[in-house]
Amino acid sequence: MTPSRINGLFASTEARLAVICIVVFVAMALLSPDRFLSVQNLTSMAFQFPEFAILALAMTLTMLTGGIDLSVVGIANLSAIVAATILTQLAGPAATGADAALWLGLSMVATMAVGLAAGLFNGIAIAVFGLPPILATLGSGLIFTGIAVALTGGSAVMGFPAAAAWLGNGLILGIPVPLVLFAVLAAGLSFILTRTGFGLKVQMFGANPLAARFAAVNVTSVLIRVYLMSGMFAAIAGMVVMSRANSAKADYGSSYLLLAVLIAVLGGVNPYGGYGRVIGVVLAVLAMQFLSSGLNMMQVSNFARELIWGTLLIFVMLINTRPNLRLWARKRTGPAPNS
Amino acid sequence: MKIDFTRNETLVALIILGFCVIATISDPGFLSMATLTDLMRGGIVMGIFAVAALLVLLSGGIDVSFTAVAAFAMYTTALMLNTWAPGVPWWAAFAVAMAVGALLGAINGIFIAFFGLPTLIVTLGTLSVFRGFMLAFVGSKQITTLPEGMREFGRMMMIRGTNPDGSFYSLHWAFAATVLVVVATWFLLHRTMLGRSIFAVGGSEESARRIGVNVRGVQFFVYVYVGVLAGLAGVIHASMARVANPFDLVGLELSVIAAVVLGGARLAGGYGTLTGTLLGVALIVLVRNSLIVIGIPNTWQSIAVGVLILIGTGVPAWQAKRAAARAA
Repeated sequence: MTPSRINGLFASTEARLAVICIVVFVAMALLSPDRFLSVQNLTSMAFQFPEFAILALAMTLTMLTGGIDLSVVGIANLSAIVAATILTQLAGPAATGADAALWLGLSMVATMAVGLAAGLFNGIAIAVFGLPPILATLGSGLIFTGIAVALTGGSAVMGFPAAAAWLGNGLILGIPVPLVLFAVLAAGLSFILTRTGFGLKVQMFGANPLAARFAAVNVTSVLIRVYLMSGMFAAIAGMVVMSRANSAKADYGSSYLLLAVLIAVLGGVNPYGGYGRVIGVVLAVLAMQFLSSGLNMMQVSNFARELIWGTLLIFVMLINTRPNLRLWARKRTGPAPNS
Repeated sequence: MKIDFTRNETLVALIILGFCVIATISDPGFLSMATLTDLMRGGIVMGIFAVAALLVLLSGGIDVSFTAVAAFAMYTTALMLNTWAPGVPWWAAFAVAMAVGALLGAINGIFIAFFGLPTLIVTLGTLSVFRGFMLAFVGSKQITTLPEGMREFGRMMMIRGTNPDGSFYSLHWAFAATVLVVVATWFLLHRTMLGRSIFAVGGSEESARRIGVNVRGVQFFVYVYVGVLAGLAGVIHASMARVANPFDLVGLELSVIAAVVLGGARLAGGYGTLTGTLLGVALIVLVRNSLIVIGIPNTWQSIAVGVLILIGTGVPAWQAKRAAARAA
């Protein structure tokens, strides 16, 4: 390989992330080979990350438009509580077989409806009333959490039919269900962003809202659809959390909000809009999970993990700004060969 | 005097007034010194935070790490003084906490001003870093025996009195610190070149650079100043609570920013007032303390704050949008 090839390999954010991801994996595997590479650890990781990874996908989508969705955790909990109420009040823990499956299906539909309604609320506040996304979703997130608290009085809702655990703990062809869900959503989002007109409009709007408007993009409709999708993703994450915890509560996953933002940004998504790829976010999620599980095995405290996540975020941002410096240097010395 | 209804300050002031009128009608006891002092006490720490958040917004950035800086400064100050100098007076404790805050603020400042990283991302990262470092390496147990100086400050009351019904009310001297911070920041913003430069950088970084403002220096100063204020808020919080709990404060950051924006500061930078900020803080504290008085149960508190944020930012945004549509 010539030096320029190597440079090319590291030119994109995603490639650098892939390298970081592999380095973390190899480092953890070397540091505790028998435990990190054990089947048990690999499967438990596959069950752990999808819930916040799905929230990170929602964050990615909204960040692509230059917005942000701070209400994802509120939506996830509210929709999980609605689903949990259906499962406990109408189905009851004793329900089995077709009966349980029916109620589970119904509760999923209700979850999605709540997610879509919440997303619509955000979308209208942002697209029609022109609120800054960070404030609109901060406010609506408080409202969704507030409704969840008012519905439950702040206590956990539990006592589901056994079938409800399948969504968070089951296997399809030996693959954990949450992982399958995440893979389908990630692939779907990637397809929508790169292969559809809507995806193109999202990126256009994010890169330059005014130009998108002048290019006859229906900005209102694009924004509303983005927040609708974000709400739906959040609701799905809520279902996964509910199923894994076997209960629903208004304050579950409150640490996931900043984690989701962190992962999206780590994944190379530009929080000011216009650039971001799903593959980057997937790599960022994997890197975070490898790091987190590996450190867990080395008995590092949860708090140190928080410290390492923050450091990783700033470190990756520092590396990501280096290409700009290189570009700047190249401009001053004239074009470099092979570029 | 003509009242300008397009300003956020007016809107927030009217909501506060309306709230007080309804509260007084439903409970005549609402209008009392006790309510006022409770309100002022509730606004002490949040007020200092809000001034800090306002300064960052004015400079065109956003800081979510100031609560972690405050918790870090408060906890390490209590720990260091307990270990090495338990007998120092309260102002020494304040100085130590503010110095710790300045140091952490400088870390933010270096990444933002000198490496040019986006402010939201840097402070999101340092929020985790400061908090993680404190909890993992400094300690995660609360300190119940504060150093003598902080305990002494915790007992200093500016006003004491008895209500007609026999209960007591008091106002802590820490309120004076908040007033001092507001006055000092007002002076900085409106009477010094540095303050005007902060507005200039927030309005347009490039324009500020071209008229000769040292943009990096201004940004660095802003984050150090915010660190100092956060350290101050932290040490006051611990002194008043009479305990240094490392899990306190973090989580407040978004409410503080919401209060500031409610008061009319723009997220895009370059515009915002101290009056508006204080009104925003007053409204949030009022809703937190007295929602029950106007007959809304406390479980609805976060819904009420959420609705306020949506109305407080929605009405001006909607007006601006309509004005833009009319102009086009």
